[in-house]
Amino acid sequence: MTMWFNGRIAGVSGILFGAISSSTTGSRADQPDTTTGTQTDKLWRILFILGIAIGGAIPALFSNDFLPPPPDASLPLLIIGGLAVGIGTKLGGGCTSGHGICGISRLSLRSITATCTFMAAGFACVFTLKHLFGG
Amino acid sequence: MRTNINLIRVSSLLSGVVFGLGMAISGMTNTQRVQGFLDLAGAWDPTLAFVMAGGIFITGTGFKFIFKKQTPLFSDLFHLPTKMRIDKPLIFGALLFGAGWGLVGYCPGPAIAGITYGYNSTLIFIAAMVIGMLITNPLSNIFSTVLGSSKANNAEAD
Repeated sequence: MTMWFNGRIAGVSGILFGAISSSTTGSRADQPDTTTGTQTDKLWRILFILGIAIGGAIPALFSNDFLPPPPDASLPLLIIGGLAVGIGTKLGGGCTSGHGICGISRLSLRSITATCTFMAAGFACVFTLKHLFGG
Repeated sequence: MRTNINLIRVSSLLSGVVFGLGMAISGMTNTQRVQGFLDLAGAWDPTLAFVMAGGIFITGTGFKFIFKKQTPLFSDLFHLPTKMRIDKPLIFGALLFGAGWGLVGYCPGPAIAGITYGYNSTLIFIAAMVIGMLITNPLSNIFSTVLGSSKANNAEAD
């Protein structure tokens, strides 16, 4: 949808970063943004992120089946996990949506490599967590 | 079509809503199900693989038609990642991301989709994730020593 209408990859981590970073430190933000004719346009990114939050909230309004339980992780794990996801997606240039969905759909070798790598790391991590530490 | 920034904004909001709905309905916002999907050695729950496969199928089919057009509907060009090389930041970043995903069960999209559920743990995760994204470039000197490359992967596939 984003590609069809706006010509953009619907990658959440990159759009989120573009929405929150200042225009001098951004990856996308410091490049001339041809969709606006100006240096940056954060607003479409902010709206996309806002849309995700709205879309995520709607099903839970209709049924508690769509209200998942909270993450089953202690405070240190939440912080370490969050930092790892933040740094990892920035360094690796993508998350599940950008690399995993859009990247594989474009048959990007980089994205296919990244997806296999983060899936493998995810499997290894859960194995360690659930089976070695018996969590 | 010439770039129409207002239509881009509206369609971004709508795309986000559709994305969030998909995350919530498919169960990607349920960290326990995500960890169940990643738990090959336990009671493996493969259902979320269909979400990903479905996403790739729909997007792949859609992209085929979309890229046949000269331009997107509301913009004057397609913005695509230009980097092709598989480098150390890509691998190291993906490893780190996968580990964090496994630890908590959230990747960026579902975490944001779950922001309204009223769980402090979700908010803490998102805050840590945002801090992680923001400190990556300032810390790129450290990463470059580790990875032997000068900068994080900028302007990438998100």
